[in-house]
Amino acid sequence: MEENLVNLTIDGVKVTTKKGTTILEAAKEAGIDIPTLCFLKDINEVGDCRMCIVEVEGRRGFATSCIQTVEEGMVVHTHTPNVLEARHVILDLIISNHAKDCLTCTRSGNCELQALAVKFNVLDVEFPGEMTKHKIDDLSPSIVRDFNKCILCRRCVAACKNVQKIGAIDCINRGFESCISTVGDHSLNDVNCTNCGQCIEACPTGALHEKETIQDVWVKLKDPDAYVVVQTAPAVRVALGEEFGMPIGTNVTGKMVTALKRLGFDKVFDTNTGADFTIMEEAHEFVERFKENDHLPMITSCSPGWVKYIEMNYPELLPHLSTCKSPHQMFGALVKTYFAKREGIDPNKIYMVSVMPCIAKKFERQRAEMKNEGLYDVDNVITTRELSRMIKQANIEFEQLEDSTFDNPMGEATGAAAIFGTTGGVMEAALRTAQDILTGQDLEKIDFEQVRGGEGIKRATVNIGGKDIKVVAASGLANAQKIMEEIKSGKADYQFVEIMACPGGCIMGGGQPIKSSKIRREVDVRKLRADALYSIDEKSTIRKSHENPILKQIYAEYLEAPGSYRAHKLLHTHYVERPKYKIMEEQKG
Amino acid sequence: MEEEKKVCQCGCNGRDEFLDKLCEEYKPIKDNLIQMLNEVQEHYGYVPIKAQEVLSEYLKVPMAEIYGVVTFYSRFTLKPKGKYNIAVCLGTACYVKGSQKIMDRLKERLKIEPGETTKDGMFSIEETRCVGACGLAPVFTVNGEVYGKATVQKLDQVLNALSGKEE
Amino acid sequence: MKTLEEIHKIREEKRKELDLRVNTKADTREKHILVCHGTGCTSSKSPEILENFRKILKEKNIENVRVIMTGCFGLCAKGPIVIIRPEDTFYSNVTPEDCEEIIQTHIVEGKIVERLLCKDIDGTIVNRLDDLNFYKKQKRIALKNCGVINPECIDEYIAFDGYRALERVLREMTPEEVIETIKASGLRGRGGAGFPTGKKWEITKGYQADQKYVVCNADEGDPGAFMDRSILEGDPHSVLESMMIAGYAIGAIKGFIYVRAEYPIAVKRFQKAIDQAREYGILGKNIFGTNFEFDVEVRLGAGAFVCGEETALLESIEGKRGQPRVKPPYPAESGLWGKPTLINNVETFANITRIILNGAEWYSSIGTETSKGTKVFALGGNVNNIGLVEVPMGTTLREIVFDIGGGIPNGRQFKAAQTGGPSGGCIPVEHLDTPIDYESLKTIGSMMGSGGLIVMDDTKCMVCLAKFYLEFTVSESCGKCTPCRIGTKRMLEILEKLCNGEGSEFDIYRLEKLAVNIQKASICGLGQSAPNPVSSTLKYFREEFRQHAIEKECKTLECKALSKITIDPEKCKGCGLCQKHCPVNAIEGEAREKRVINQDKCIKCGTCLTNCPFHAIGN
Repeated sequence: MEENLVNLTIDGVKVTTKKGTTILEAAKEAGIDIPTLCFLKDINEVGDCRMCIVEVEGRRGFATSCIQTVEEGMVVHTHTPNVLEARHVILDLIISNHAKDCLTCTRSGNCELQALAVKFNVLDVEFPGEMTKHKIDDLSPSIVRDFNKCILCRRCVAACKNVQKIGAIDCINRGFESCISTVGDHSLNDVNCTNCGQCIEACPTGALHEKETIQDVWVKLKDPDAYVVVQTAPAVRVALGEEFGMPIGTNVTGKMVTALKRLGFDKVFDTNTGADFTIMEEAHEFVERFKENDHLPMITSCSPGWVKYIEMNYPELLPHLSTCKSPHQMFGALVKTYFAKREGIDPNKIYMVSVMPCIAKKFERQRAEMKNEGLYDVDNVITTRELSRMIKQANIEFEQLEDSTFDNPMGEATGAAAIFGTTGGVMEAALRTAQDILTGQDLEKIDFEQVRGGEGIKRATVNIGGKDIKVVAASGLANAQKIMEEIKSGKADYQFVEIMACPGGCIMGGGQPIKSSKIRREVDVRKLRADALYSIDEKSTIRKSHENPILKQIYAEYLEAPGSYRAHKLLHTHYVERPKYKIMEEQKG
Repeated sequence: MEEEKKVCQCGCNGRDEFLDKLCEEYKPIKDNLIQMLNEVQEHYGYVPIKAQEVLSEYLKVPMAEIYGVVTFYSRFTLKPKGKYNIAVCLGTACYVKGSQKIMDRLKERLKIEPGETTKDGMFSIEETRCVGACGLAPVFTVNGEVYGKATVQKLDQVLNALSGKEE
Repeated sequence: MKTLEEIHKIREEKRKELDLRVNTKADTREKHILVCHGTGCTSSKSPEILENFRKILKEKNIENVRVIMTGCFGLCAKGPIVIIRPEDTFYSNVTPEDCEEIIQTHIVEGKIVERLLCKDIDGTIVNRLDDLNFYKKQKRIALKNCGVINPECIDEYIAFDGYRALERVLREMTPEEVIETIKASGLRGRGGAGFPTGKKWEITKGYQADQKYVVCNADEGDPGAFMDRSILEGDPHSVLESMMIAGYAIGAIKGFIYVRAEYPIAVKRFQKAIDQAREYGILGKNIFGTNFEFDVEVRLGAGAFVCGEETALLESIEGKRGQPRVKPPYPAESGLWGKPTLINNVETFANITRIILNGAEWYSSIGTETSKGTKVFALGGNVNNIGLVEVPMGTTLREIVFDIGGGIPNGRQFKAAQTGGPSGGCIPVEHLDTPIDYESLKTIGSMMGSGGLIVMDDTKCMVCLAKFYLEFTVSESCGKCTPCRIGTKRMLEILEKLCNGEGSEFDIYRLEKLAVNIQKASICGLGQSAPNPVSSTLKYFREEFRQHAIEKECKTLECKALSKITIDPEKCKGCGLCQKHCPVNAIEGEAREKRVINQDKCIKCGTCLTNCPFHAIGN
């Protein structure tokens, strides 16, 4: 027998598996499913909820299958009457302390607790009793916390504290009074939350959700005076289909555009065009800084969760941040200036909606710096999930839709812009343009494989025109922290750094369709969505931002050149040092 | 946006002598959190938010986690206790000997619940589990001083004496 | 720093000097006045007594008399306790004002202060501690030094064989031999579950790692238990020495003791013990000239019962919320900071030095087949002799409650005894003759627990008692796992319903269903044992639950909503005392007439019951 293999029996099935495998995984290998609730692969493996309990012969009490590992000769029973009764009691207890307003819950139909209740045929609560009551925290522009629906699985805490290394929320109090909250039970808006929304993606119920703003969109769509423009981010098109039952990683660009037009938007534009502008501005900024050796490495600034993070945690490194706005902000600014002027529309009447995979963008759009001539660049940010709800509300059968294309004049984008949605994509897109600028040539080598893939930190050295440029792409704020510490301590010799707040980049953003623990356990969601973006890039005829004809046109007609005065006014921004906690005033008096 | 500058408004210039000394005494490793909180509790009589912030920076532990620790352990309190903190033992030996009656009387007299402080800041009450004086059950303590073989009458006397002292 | 020779010399000289502590016939002109400084006696002003003695001795210029603070003698109900050696005279309920008389009469005139002698339950006046029934059936191993030595003086500890076990272990034994000895002794963990100690050491030794830890669990949290506190207060060095022996055996050089911050005296004395041991070079590097090194740190608990659970304790030492980890892996494999860690409780450690010095055979000759040695209990509740007792395993509950404890006060009847605190169960009168050992207690639905033993008389309602323990568990549950967090709360709510007369028979069924599933599905020992007080009372006092649920009746006065006080017209002589004492004027009837209780007004305080000279009032 090989040393690293373990033989055991699960429900009478003989299984041979690797040492260190959990009982849960081993059961899956044997084709046996064990229900879980608090378990979230690689993120929250703590065994708190007790749904995954199984019987192991010779062991007192139940085993915790999601974290306990297999042992030689182990005999496991996953659904004895004892196990089934205990699971039922546990589920009953959880539900007894859960707000049962499923009909009006944003997660209805996509709730892991609801799914278990259906599976276990819970028709009545056998052990009702006092429920913990909490006020809803909806002061953050991005996240709403409704603890009345929390089941204390702590997946959100793990996402915030361990994956992102933020720790804005944690478990407070003890026993029945335990709850997930912030320091002093303050609003998320007043603590070190970066609005990344990974907590929402981790939440199995409706206890955490985005601050929904689609009502405002409906109002504007009804208003005959409003000129309602919508733009959609690269990552939205490869995930939206999931909300309509399509396979993960389906590119639904055409159907999405059709749906948006049906919803009544006056213009349907592509944020990818904005992304091309970002590349133009950022690549030029980089080339300038590289030549001058000015505040290198330069760090990307298109992830608003990341921007808030660095403002709160590394204010001394702010000069390293690119001054470029994020693509949708750039795009919004251009719609309200260039486009409005060209079409003869009063910019005051334009209502700019961004469909984003991100909830930090809801915060970003409200920043004081994101205004031009008194008008916000973007008036409303809705998430991929919210758009799917609008489509459903309008009774559009999404799957049946014909494809259509983005409106002109701002609907053309390159392959470089498409890959913005995944970690390493911004870096790759920027390098494509930067190398052409630096060498003055039209280079054919445009794939930078070193910065592709799902690793949290991807380092590479790129040779451009005989010069080595050291770059790194990091996603997830824990990884961002590592890179910042490297830079702070002077150990880093990078010239260019790409940071995305969400692990995997925008495709895994806090506004994307929420995947159940089971799906996340079985499928690499990130890879499927990323592959779809790379496939768009590959099929694109134009794959370098600076070759986008629309850009050429707008620079020629309006912006003059990257980094010009007007470009700066509209497309660039600045940053502020931000306190992590806004709760100290209480101490006064 | 209005929140930009980080200035503590309490006039302490952001530092506190006790907390400075505390940080000198302990290494900046997370394991020391509970030890340090115990000292903070001892010094201030509660754990001020300010101290939580200082420890958060020093130990590199998020404030939410510190708050989670503070609210987990019953010895830590977030509000100052009264000048006289009365703790009634509700351990089994005292319970069997009727300590609940003492607690009920205390709540009735002071019109506060365990964990609360009277408005004038004079009294606070708490439940405690076994102070180890089971031989004297039931017991209550006032600022740590044990009153054994307690009765409602004895409690009343003590309360009257303490209130009288203040007038 | 002291050399081994110097320590030997201290032992020899000091032992001679202190012979009078243990030998009533000691050849000396000295006298030692021992004043108990355990928490109980300290609360009753024993430090003041000690000061007074010293002051008076000085005033009277009396020499050859020393006043010494000691740990707990055990009979806390009679505190403060003062003992004069070598004659071993035992004075109880001493006040600071009594000091003058004791010195004048006892020391100067050589006569006994009769009025301060203790009256035993049977009425006999007792001169000597050992003559008390309370002590006759006891056997002191873990508590051997408690009440004999000054716990704050390392020399006194050394005098009574202190650090001799460590010396033997380091210089004469291999780690394997140490473990074999502990295994052969049959010692089992005194924290509650009773895992064989030697085996635990062996397993921990078996894991290879660059760093291992020894942890002493002194987070004694059972309400009504104070064994560990008394040991730490009375004999801290013995625990320290044993931790070092454990470190040698398993290959650890670092130890932690996790003590409740609520035990300030114990914390202070243990810290002092560490400081003294460091000063003598007993803690540190090259201990006793060998290459063994060890150091110990004190960590304070901050008020969480669950931290008595070993993995929660580890989390707490690491500076986190005390939330238990799922086991396996056990701490022996992955404990503090993921390193192999040996965790034993205070009482377990207190036995180690004695086993090393007296041999495994000696130890295993005490006790029963499966439970060896002695067990310390904190005896409390409705029993005459409240205090700390140490008995050989196998002693029956009846012996503890009636022979040692002196039975039930106020002429009431024994109803049940509770062992194991919130994790244990109630033992009814029919099991009074059960020998106390791990297996027997488990068989009858309770557990050894850490050693709280609370006696209840017939005025106690068992449903209320179950509710009391559930209240405790609910407030102490860490909140990590569902069954314990919500399940115990639901059990408590059902018990509250029963006590308020709002329950039904179905509620008893629901209680049982919850109990079974919480026991099986919870992560840690706290949750797994939380339903025990309910399960065991349901087992032995089911009828009482039924009465609450169906007949809406409580035979005691504890459930106000269900109890009813009536006056027996046959027995009532019309004296009116009840009426006079009733705080709410609920008793009606004219002078010299039979009285009646107006049930609408009655608040069931029971005042009339205690005031009726004719026992005419009942419930």
